[in-house]
Amino acid sequence: MLKARLKGLALQALAMALAFGAVSLILISAGASPLEAYQNMFFGSVGSTRKFAEVLVAFVPLLLATAGLLVTFSAGLWNIGVEGQVVMGAIVTTWVYRLFLESALPPALIISLAILGGMIGGAVWAALTGLLKTFGGVNEIFGGLGLNFVATAWTIYLIFGPWKRPGVASMSGTMPFPDEFSLPLLANLRISPWALALALIAIVIIYFLLQGTYFGLKLKAVGKNFRAAYLLGIPTWRYSLYSFLICGALAGAAGAVQVAAVYHRLIPSISSGYGYLGLMVAMLINYQAIWAIPVALLFAALNIGSIQLPIMMKLDSSLSGVLQGALVLFVLLMEGVRQKIVKRAP
Amino acid sequence: MRKNFARFSMLALALMLALSACGQPAATEAPATSAPSNEPFVFGMLYVGPYNDNGWSQAQYEGGLYVEKQLGAKMLYLDKVNPADRPGTTPDQLAEELVAKGAKLIIFSSDDMKDGASAFAKAHPEINVIMTSGDQVWSEGKNYVATPNMTNIMGRMEYGKMIAGCASALSSKTGQIGYLGPLINDETRRLAASAYLGAKHCWEKAGKNPADLKFKVDWVGFWFHIPGTTTDPVQISDNFYTTGYDVVISGIDNPVNLGEAQKQTKEGTPSFGLAYDYVAACEAAPDVCLGVPYFNWGPEYTKAIASAQDGSWKSQFVWLGPDWSNINNLDTSMVGFENGPALSADAAAAVKAFTAELAGGLNLWTGPLNLQDGSAYLADGEVATDQQVWYLPQLLEGMEGLSASK
Repeated sequence: MLKARLKGLALQALAMALAFGAVSLILISAGASPLEAYQNMFFGSVGSTRKFAEVLVAFVPLLLATAGLLVTFSAGLWNIGVEGQVVMGAIVTTWVYRLFLESALPPALIISLAILGGMIGGAVWAALTGLLKTFGGVNEIFGGLGLNFVATAWTIYLIFGPWKRPGVASMSGTMPFPDEFSLPLLANLRISPWALALALIAIVIIYFLLQGTYFGLKLKAVGKNFRAAYLLGIPTWRYSLYSFLICGALAGAAGAVQVAAVYHRLIPSISSGYGYLGLMVAMLINYQAIWAIPVALLFAALNIGSIQLPIMMKLDSSLSGVLQGALVLFVLLMEGVRQKIVKRAP
Repeated sequence: MRKNFARFSMLALALMLALSACGQPAATEAPATSAPSNEPFVFGMLYVGPYNDNGWSQAQYEGGLYVEKQLGAKMLYLDKVNPADRPGTTPDQLAEELVAKGAKLIIFSSDDMKDGASAFAKAHPEINVIMTSGDQVWSEGKNYVATPNMTNIMGRMEYGKMIAGCASALSSKTGQIGYLGPLINDETRRLAASAYLGAKHCWEKAGKNPADLKFKVDWVGFWFHIPGTTTDPVQISDNFYTTGYDVVISGIDNPVNLGEAQKQTKEGTPSFGLAYDYVAACEAAPDVCLGVPYFNWGPEYTKAIASAQDGSWKSQFVWLGPDWSNINNLDTSMVGFENGPALSADAAAAVKAFTAELAGGLNLWTGPLNLQDGSAYLADGEVATDQQVWYLPQLLEGMEGLSASK
């Protein structure tokens, strides 16, 4: 047992080494020093308080999306639509803010309503994917992908149409909201402790939901064997839908935070790809909630640290995406290898 | 399970500790300064597109290189600063990255960074900011906010666009001119209108019937193509060229229209295009390029940065025309027009004459002029004020295309 564990760890370490090795090869072929690149990325993400705060700004929506995805993955669902659910959360949050632009209500209440609205928006959008699957027979991957495009198109329509700045038609986004609509940020930094708390509470709740409740157990049963779960009396489609609702609400919260604490307006790429990145994090941690925080933090750090590459080395920052992808690929590959070894062992 | 929880709590704790460290006001970044005076002055630039886009961003980059040469300063830059290329970031955040590397002055070189530039200038009163193409510190403007550490710099590209319009009208066989517009705002409306005014002037001067001139604007939605988000400017150019528009003027950050003009010409329909922004942009397709109205940022950026260096910095709104003694003098002229190889000798002579007229005081922004919807803009003989030009509310009467988003 212990030996198998050690073997698993060794293989994961090997996967990491291979991922970094592959990216190093790319760097060398581009004539750049891998060591210098990694160094820049490292200090670019934790080199100062401000940089680490920027990492946390990326970490919050990423962790929220990941937390949601853990639920749908547990139920055996590939919720590719998470990206659209983030977008829809941002749209509804913006909409709620717009409703209260002239209102005399306390800002704290308006912000809470806006974030709640975003969560509902994300949940409704996710439920659509679920309903399409349950009643329309549309696989959630295709339904989700389709709805992602719809959500993005809707954002662009709103920005160029009903919510445009006066006299302007530009991708730059809607008019920024007044300062009091912003989630309170730490002094001189862009991170909101409220947003961070929201994300941490979410992952803790999801952890206990999946590990320590009957609901989580049933959800996993549905995920492991849909038919068997059904035969054992679990209302499987209802559990699928619940998982979509939970994931959508958390993804919606990610979108809400993007509007309420980061961009203070709606922009076309408001989701910043955190939904898709969350899918990678969830796969990398093999759907175990306990690893969500460190790995999401690592991915956020790579995103922020890579900004140094074009400044310092004239390299493209998309290198961080290559590294993230390589990590996921090699870890999955090594997982396959591990399973083969386990099977072969007597 | 219990063990997992222990691990989990430890991670959570570690994170909280890290966060509480953030909360402490101290430990801000050590500014890489207190340097001896012989160290070069470092300035940072943010470009909305790639630094080598053969258009707006490249002109900005060249401007930065000019400053480096003139002042012995050092430029740091970050290109592709837009939410599609750098998801999850904001211009003010990226500017702070440059400050952390020692930059003492930041140039936000695109209209798209206006909000970010204002936020940054407010949060960092000790760092001087140049917000290119903006009007935040124009005291007679509509969006004035006194910001001592900010300067706005823009060229009067209206002149460049008028010359471009003139070259188009002189070269078009069909009398149909297309304008590849970026997004719709004050700046892009007034520049498209300027091209139209120039085209109309030279068309009529050549003795042609004003009713035969068609001028149409089609908008992309951003300064350049963002797949999946904006309309494809290649598609728009293609639509123009295949529906009888034989000259297309680029108003976007790069001259993609030239490629389509080449394609059409190869297929037997002689077609032309005008590039924009960058002095050498015609080199992308010289055989179809009629010319390029361009910005020459170097001299003004040098002045502003030198003033930041010697302490004479003053917040100002700079909106500068060409050096009329020689609009292509790269040491003095903010705006220029470089003829393209495809411009015929006759047309070149007429363009030269037109430029001389402009230098002599000809102002095409003179009434009678109506707005696109027919409402009066300038009465007969009335000359547009700077405010009327800068904040042109619609396209002009006689132009086709959207004046604002529907």
